[in-house]
Amino acid sequence: MNEGIGARVLRKEDKRFLIGKGRYTDDIVEQNQAYAAFVRSPHAHAIVKNIDASAAEAMDGVVAVLNGAGLTGDGIGNIICGWAVNSKDGSPMNMGAWSALATDKVRYVGDAVAIVIADDLATARLAAEAVEVDYETLPVVVQSTAALEDGAPQIHENAPNNLIFDWEIGEEAATDAALASAAYTTEMDIVNNRLSPNAMEPRAAIATFNEADDHYTLYTTSQNPHVARLVLSAFYNVAPEHKLRVIAPDVGGGFGSKIYIYPEEIACLWASMKTNRSVKWTSDRTEAFLTDAHGRDHITHAKIGFDKNHKIVGLKVDTKANLGAYMSLFSSAVPTYLYATLLSGQYNIANIHCNVKAVYTNTVPVDAYRGAGRPEASFVMERMMETAAREMGVNPAELRRKNFIQEFPHQTPVIMAYDSGDFAANQDQAIKAADYAGFEARRAEAASRGKLRGIGFSNYIEACGIAPSAAVGSLGAGVGLWESAEVRVNPVGTIEVLTGSHSHGQGHETTFAQIVAERFGLPTENIQIVHGDTDKVQFGMGTYGSRSGAVGMSAIVKAMDKVEAKVKKIGAHVLEASEDDIIIEDGAVKVKGTDKQMLWHEVGLAAYTAHNIPEGMEPGLKETSFYDPSNFTFPAGCYICEVEVDPETGTTEIVQFVASDDFGTIINPMIVEGQVHGGIAQGIGQALLEGVVYDDSGQLLSASYMDYTMPRADDLPSYSVHHQSTECPGNPLGMKGCGEAGAIGSPPAVINAITDAIGNNDLSMPATPAKVWAAIQTAGAKQAAE
Amino acid sequence: MYETKYHKASSVSEAVSLMGAADDGKFLSGGQTLLPTMKAHLAAPSDLVDVSGIAEMNGVSVSGGTVTIGAATTHAEVAGNAALQDACAGVADLAANIGDPAVRHLGTIGGSIANNDPAADYPAALLALGATIKTNTREITADDFFVGLFETALDDDEVIVSVSFEVPSKACYAKFPNPASRYALAGVFAALTSAGARIAVTGAGDDGVYRQTDMEAALDNSWNADAISGVLVGAEGMLSDMHGDATYRANLVKVMAGRAVAGC
Repeated sequence: MNEGIGARVLRKEDKRFLIGKGRYTDDIVEQNQAYAAFVRSPHAHAIVKNIDASAAEAMDGVVAVLNGAGLTGDGIGNIICGWAVNSKDGSPMNMGAWSALATDKVRYVGDAVAIVIADDLATARLAAEAVEVDYETLPVVVQSTAALEDGAPQIHENAPNNLIFDWEIGEEAATDAALASAAYTTEMDIVNNRLSPNAMEPRAAIATFNEADDHYTLYTTSQNPHVARLVLSAFYNVAPEHKLRVIAPDVGGGFGSKIYIYPEEIACLWASMKTNRSVKWTSDRTEAFLTDAHGRDHITHAKIGFDKNHKIVGLKVDTKANLGAYMSLFSSAVPTYLYATLLSGQYNIANIHCNVKAVYTNTVPVDAYRGAGRPEASFVMERMMETAAREMGVNPAELRRKNFIQEFPHQTPVIMAYDSGDFAANQDQAIKAADYAGFEARRAEAASRGKLRGIGFSNYIEACGIAPSAAVGSLGAGVGLWESAEVRVNPVGTIEVLTGSHSHGQGHETTFAQIVAERFGLPTENIQIVHGDTDKVQFGMGTYGSRSGAVGMSAIVKAMDKVEAKVKKIGAHVLEASEDDIIIEDGAVKVKGTDKQMLWHEVGLAAYTAHNIPEGMEPGLKETSFYDPSNFTFPAGCYICEVEVDPETGTTEIVQFVASDDFGTIINPMIVEGQVHGGIAQGIGQALLEGVVYDDSGQLLSASYMDYTMPRADDLPSYSVHHQSTECPGNPLGMKGCGEAGAIGSPPAVINAITDAIGNNDLSMPATPAKVWAAIQTAGAKQAAE
Repeated sequence: MYETKYHKASSVSEAVSLMGAADDGKFLSGGQTLLPTMKAHLAAPSDLVDVSGIAEMNGVSVSGGTVTIGAATTHAEVAGNAALQDACAGVADLAANIGDPAVRHLGTIGGSIANNDPAADYPAALLALGATIKTNTREITADDFFVGLFETALDDDEVIVSVSFEVPSKACYAKFPNPASRYALAGVFAALTSAGARIAVTGAGDDGVYRQTDMEAALDNSWNADAISGVLVGAEGMLSDMHGDATYRANLVKVMAGRAVAGC
């Protein structure tokens, strides 16, 4: 059975999940384990005047109640943002202090004030309620544009007017001149709605301080355990790096929200040292809504200009990005280098300028969520293109095609240098699959049933495998963005691959094994993927930004190159042949053109017995690689959404959804299709259903599934998923990445389709039935008036 | 959840006496609202008196033109009852679309109407059908029973035993679900009873379930969806929240009423 590249190998990890033997953080029980509950602020903005824990401390089973004064007194550092973004005047960003437990002030509902440790969870929670905190409430602001106004409540002293930075990219004067000369212009206000990540497994941590060794172990729900260890050690002073082991076991989804190091892990580690107990904390769903980093929340004004031949001459974008009450780990990069750098879309645009103001508000921090900046960019670009086509009276697919970039590499005016792609091929494939030619007949048929049918395009491009390290460093990143791998061939020939990538649903145990199987002609069952433990894996940057294929697998390939070179030397020596004549296939090392061979396990044995290896060669067969890519990768595609709207209720049904993606090389089509399905589901969720709502006092109204609408099976269509690939020239496998594309490409397709159906372009996400119905009424009133 | 004392009653009289002895007791049936509320520390009854196992409070019967449903009958049992499907499919279908399967196999009709959530489905059915609510002490008409948001005519320590209604000549429920909770954003139960047309609305009114008497009058003249097309439904008195404002809810009441009547 072929289990190599391109095979639909069933997921090796699914057995343990399906039989209930997954091992998640909350499943792990340490000896002498105590439970933590957090005292959280019920106010969005307040001064903490006093914390009286006496009643809680007196309760049976309460081990300790610890607060921010103690934490900072012990030298635990503030939580930091790891990407420095300067304002356009050169001044550094205004990062406000964020202590894991608030000391003087709370800045959002859910801000942690104290941690209660007790022998059991129920006692911990009751004791947390018994902690009396005296708050002096302050005025509140939850929306970015309001936060920038004069007289708005000030959230951090060092951020006047709540402005974190005022950043720009591109040439403003040239863009203004191009727009002034344009034959046609389109201007829009565009809101990208705020989302809650909703991983199925909530965040959790178990921290254990070992007094005997001065050593800490942290089990946690992390997408990047090495980064967590680095930050906990170097910035938060919890423990030196060699005295801290971080393990991210099975993790049930992340979508970005588990990249960051949150207050809870820090507080649990510190509390374990203070109490000499293992301290376990598992978020409940309400805590997850209140404290997991949210995504998106952009308010944008954009203007695009075309010449008389409908070629784009310029694009100008102004965005206010709400970063919440504190700067989370990568919050500054999301609305800048992961957003504005993608504003060229798939189009040849000579002049682009984007200004971004990042703003504090009294809401939970905002950071990367599946797509991170790129969904916001594609939403701006693809809503603008569809709207411009309507306003100019040209076909939206044709308008896009006329402006496609056709030669690669292509340098955009906003940093990115696209390396490959065939945008017209993806559009052709999608148009054919969607039977675009038959749409008007379908629209007429729907009208006969009283339904409004519409169709919408989205031609997205995104950037994955953010790199190279030196380049991102020059843009302010605090870390390198390479990946490491170690390939260990055992004496019996089985293989362990230690990877710095982390799987929390992506299926790495399967796809990573497939590339090893392909390379050495071995069954995947002989290959084990090891990840998620800083004591096992050398180092790693983790999994986010669709980087594990393009970067993580490339590191494995580079390590396999070294293994192969050594295997060939051993083979040549033992088989008494020239190294140039050695080939590796079907699990054997062979001499080309002869019947001489060593079976794979014989090579392993030879390497480890070292009885007969080339002179001077070190024994063993284990190689490591640290791979730093030369560029981002650029997945792209064309999505077409077709909807029917019930004009009486405003309900939207997605009746067709076609995806044509260019992901470069595909290792396992089944897993890639699953990623696309999930991504589109989240994109449709954003477009139709999901939206975080804070009221004016900063209370989170959408704090449970009674009010936050998660997509369910009956909200979603059966997808038509296709691939039309160009190989990525930047990495050895030719991979581009697929994890986020669905969430990036789908929202504009959905909104373009609905606005086409209802004849009113003024529609914000989520396009709930109530909003769509209201937009239909407005359109009807306008029509009647005309 | 705060500490509480659990009692399992085997008869209505035992349930009532257990409740009488409790400091601050609550009747527990399916627990689909009460238990999550307690888990969220938003309710802290001293005692729970479980009525779900009381035989006289369980089951559906159709006899002599009257439907009787025990208060502790689950939504799944109501949905799956063949006699009820024949006599009044509108109620069985309503039960089949409450919540999700877990809710339907634990939640009960008595629990639903005693809680009287303004977006619950059953209150609309019972009000439209002119049902009678039988308790341990008396019989209350649906018109008197549903008082306001989460408010009923029940006294402290009074427990619902069953509900009953005459088999209507027509009955149908049309619900527009809240996209998140899938409770009713607006639900309309339309019934043609011996007392004439009765239209009850849930999910939309700011004082809970209510009768739409203008529509009833129009339908008394002629039972078809067109008959109510001229009835004006204003935004006044409608709920307004993040899922739909009062104007939208007023529209939904009209649309769902039309669909309910057309579905009969």
